[in-house]
Amino acid sequence: MVFSRALLKRHSVLPGFDLALGFTLLYLGFVVLIPLSAAFLKTFTMTWPAFWEAVTAPRVLASYRLTFGASFGAALLNAVFGLVVAWVLVRYEFPGKRFVDALVDLPFALPTAVAGIALTALYSHNGWIGQALPFKVSFTPLGVFVALTFIGLPFVVRTLQPVLEDLHKEIEEAAATLGASRLQTFTKVIFPIITPALLTGFALAFARALGEYGSVIFIAGNMPMVSEITPLLIITKLEQYDYRGATAIAVVMLVAAFVLLLGINALQAWTRARQGK
Amino acid sequence: MTGTAASAGPAPTVAVAPGAPGAAPRTGASVAPRHLRSAVTEPAWVKWLLVGIALAFLALFLFVPLAAVFVEAFKKGVGVYLAAVTDPDALSAIRLTLLAAGISLPLNVLFGVAAAWCIAKFDFHGKSVLLTLIDLPFSVSPVIAGLIYVLVFGLQGWFGEWLRDHDLKIIFAVPGIVLATVFITFPFVARELIPLMQAQGTEQEEAARVLGANGWQIFRRVTLPNIKWALLYGVILCNARAMGEFGAVSVVSGHIRGQTNTMPLHIEILYNEYQFAASFAVASLLAGLALVTLVLKFIVERRVRRELAVQERSE
Repeated sequence: MVFSRALLKRHSVLPGFDLALGFTLLYLGFVVLIPLSAAFLKTFTMTWPAFWEAVTAPRVLASYRLTFGASFGAALLNAVFGLVVAWVLVRYEFPGKRFVDALVDLPFALPTAVAGIALTALYSHNGWIGQALPFKVSFTPLGVFVALTFIGLPFVVRTLQPVLEDLHKEIEEAAATLGASRLQTFTKVIFPIITPALLTGFALAFARALGEYGSVIFIAGNMPMVSEITPLLIITKLEQYDYRGATAIAVVMLVAAFVLLLGINALQAWTRARQGK
Repeated sequence: MTGTAASAGPAPTVAVAPGAPGAAPRTGASVAPRHLRSAVTEPAWVKWLLVGIALAFLALFLFVPLAAVFVEAFKKGVGVYLAAVTDPDALSAIRLTLLAAGISLPLNVLFGVAAAWCIAKFDFHGKSVLLTLIDLPFSVSPVIAGLIYVLVFGLQGWFGEWLRDHDLKIIFAVPGIVLATVFITFPFVARELIPLMQAQGTEQEEAARVLGANGWQIFRRVTLPNIKWALLYGVILCNARAMGEFGAVSVVSGHIRGQTNTMPLHIEILYNEYQFAASFAVASLLAGLALVTLVLKFIVERRVRRELAVQERSE
């Protein structure tokens, strides 16, 4: 295992590098990389026109519009309210604060299918929330938006909290002594500092929503061209044994996800730079 | 509360601030707290408005859906609830869910510890690439996670014919469910351990090495005690996701009742058959698990914070 030692930038007295790295790469390869490559290799067996037709059929395009549009809207709503929630949790004291703080992680812990049926029941025409609303939510694109908002809720809050906690009181005091109003301090001093973290949280929520399946399919109604999300379309194609069609759409979604992942990495680097770490 | 009033208020201290930057505002804050505090916080009505907005948003999107699960589960009485969760199909779904989590958890713990050991304790080329690759399953849709295993092990897939000839079944069988679960929960333990182990550095392990400890002893006696709470938290999160995974498992399971149905898939079937109370009854078990997860997370985070504080004080 001289080879793996050659990767080391610095000599270390600690043992186990070869074994740990070897196992990590092997496991990563078998569980993630090789199966993922199957998706890309499968599309190489298609001709370009066939691929293009599969990923730009009207029904597929409609599903992209819904998936990307609802994910964007949900992430935007979460960015606005996530900022308020993070601010309130970091800056203020109020009864039940620790309970509320712990509850924010619920969408991480609650299985998506459970969230899906709960939201559907709430927003259907005789549900607790649905009967109070003058318009339909369950079984419409609006339902997709509600489910994706639930799924993405913790991301903005959890990326903003540490950044807000690290904010130095001194700069706010400095702004105030220089004559800034509280609103000016927020918009000109605090907001620019937390912008990278806010964008990171937004992008994480957006990325999570793009691939979401479990919570959406119950509430969406799944009407082709209207309320059918892209992941569901992939499953529909699979059930019709159209493996190529399913994989072609999957590759489009994978590429979108990877681009977002790179963007999120860049945003996180920016966040650290902005925090001076 | 205007900025000018605030800066004009504690005039003696703040007026000389340019001469003594940094020190002056701090003494100002202790001498004339009212004015400076009002300069760095919001008026009460803004505060309570923001708290109200935040609580209303969280109640609408988190608390009410959670409460709805339990209310719907007991809507038709305790009898229906108990019948739903002790139904043979439900029990076999619970068993399969426990099995899938029971297999994927140790595998991902082993991987998480190995990955964290080489990433946090060594400096090597390609580390950031490795970190990104470990995060990869987070950004892959669960449906696609299922799909790629179908492409590899399904009848039309790479190993499809070979598996059929040897009478082995992975897709639409238990091994496929385990594989999909492993993929979905892949990064959790590693992601919890890496930042903590990076922050802890390598000095303690190096000291143990110099004193003659071998690799296993170093890990058992030095590293493990330092990471045990984060490891536990990673396991808890990993477990919650493993038991609740729906999309990926749905693609590879084949939905055979009593055989390849996990709890989330069982919930779906009951729901689609309009057995709402039964569906919510099984769902309430998973919601209970989610609540236990949150409570454990809360406890573990407090422990980690306390231990980090102790470490910082001793340094």
